[in-house]
Amino acid sequence: MLERRQLLMGMGASIMLAGKAGAETITLPFANGERPMVRFPGKRPMIGLTARPPQLETPFSVFGEGVLTPNDAFFVRYHMSDIPLSIDMDSYRLNVGGHVDRPLSLSLPELKRMFKPTEIVAVNQCSGNGRGFFEPRVAGGQLAHGAMGNARWTGVPLKTVLERAGLKAGAQQVTFNGLDNPPAPDIADFVKALAVDHAADGEVMLAWAMNGQDLPFLNGFPLRLVVPGYFGTYWVKHLNEITVLDKPFDGYWMKTAYRVPDNDCQCVPVGTKPTSTRPIGKFAIRSFITSHVDGTRIARGKGVAVSGIAFDGGSGIAKVELSTDGGAHWREATLGEDLGKYSFRPWTSSLDLASGDHVLMARATARSGETQPMEPSWNPAGYLRNVVETVKVRVS
Amino acid sequence: MMVLCLPVAAIIFAVAAPAKVVTYTLPEGTEDFTLPEGEGSDVTVANCAACHSLDYIRTQPRGKGAQFWKDEVHKMVAVYGAPIEPADADIISTYLAKTYGEPVK
Repeated sequence: MLERRQLLMGMGASIMLAGKAGAETITLPFANGERPMVRFPGKRPMIGLTARPPQLETPFSVFGEGVLTPNDAFFVRYHMSDIPLSIDMDSYRLNVGGHVDRPLSLSLPELKRMFKPTEIVAVNQCSGNGRGFFEPRVAGGQLAHGAMGNARWTGVPLKTVLERAGLKAGAQQVTFNGLDNPPAPDIADFVKALAVDHAADGEVMLAWAMNGQDLPFLNGFPLRLVVPGYFGTYWVKHLNEITVLDKPFDGYWMKTAYRVPDNDCQCVPVGTKPTSTRPIGKFAIRSFITSHVDGTRIARGKGVAVSGIAFDGGSGIAKVELSTDGGAHWREATLGEDLGKYSFRPWTSSLDLASGDHVLMARATARSGETQPMEPSWNPAGYLRNVVETVKVRVS
Repeated sequence: MMVLCLPVAAIIFAVAAPAKVVTYTLPEGTEDFTLPEGEGSDVTVANCAACHSLDYIRTQPRGKGAQFWKDEVHKMVAVYGAPIEPADADIISTYLAKTYGEPVK
């Protein structure tokens, strides 16, 4: 195992030319991890997970470039292969209906004009980010850690739109549907639901801009749901239909898919199935070293500058600690700019490392008290990875 | 004033009348429609590629055995609702188990 990891080097460190002329590949640090580096309009070269529908993973080195993930490097995840490729903005409408007093049908200019815009910096992360590192391996998108990103979202609070529509007494859930469609009539359309109190909490947002620009097409143009602190499965793209229900939504993507074991750790013993499940919810706390990747060689000298990012489901990061001795001792890193409790929180530290091989670990603790485990937990869908990650470096 | 008005007018025009149909062109050549030849490869390609690219298959973990692939095909049919005939589902499961169920040597 160790040998294989060393051979494969680190994420971002092993981009190489494939056999085909001009076709670059990257080898993610798990078995069967070779992927093409693909070019899509509006995106820099991205790790190609699947072509149809497009699923693009962010090269990990991007997270070392800054606390906000650039639009052209932001990951892309679709479920349905019938994705919209042409959107007529004259006829595009966001329809709000169901259990409301006044159904709405809003063009994008109307949405921008009728409601007061707000901004929030928030991480979006795929439920299966890091699934490729699960042991034993599980079926699903075999991702390294690049199915996450942090952006400044501009839009309007869903709350104010729901208020304009007027929730009727007995409203329970709100569903969200986008312009993407299933490839066959019997396949369930991708529709997600939130409890009405969550949908109207003032933070859930209908966003049309990301880092000051219109949403990139593949990230949900012209409008997507932003659900701060919650996994990306709820951040419905190309959003055009919001429906208020007076009963729980029982569609496939809530009732069957994206569910976690219904217990505190949201985990089960490896290789077993949970007895009961619930819809996935908030992020588990995570941290990453972004200044170094596995296999980095460092010239010996004073204080090695190490930096990275941390985030949780919305309580905010209280501290990040580093260990170089397998977790026996920890020293606190210095937290950087605070862009809000839903944002990546950058951190920096300086480590004195003697010559030889070192395993660096970063562990974040949230204001809620939540911290990262030293051993990975397991669930059959490969969701919620948040173990303390390691980076191996050699000082000489 | 004239000097100022012209650029302002141009900006207003640009904002008021942007391209109303926004399109996206997927790059060509990112999809490989083939799987290793073998008994059932044609049925597998025809059924699976009807809904998704075949990298969904190729990137799955190897060495998970026959049951892993039987479960995946069952999930596509019974859970997702993929229109695959039962006889074809068996052929696909067998082909995938043989092709991808063993560890990579």
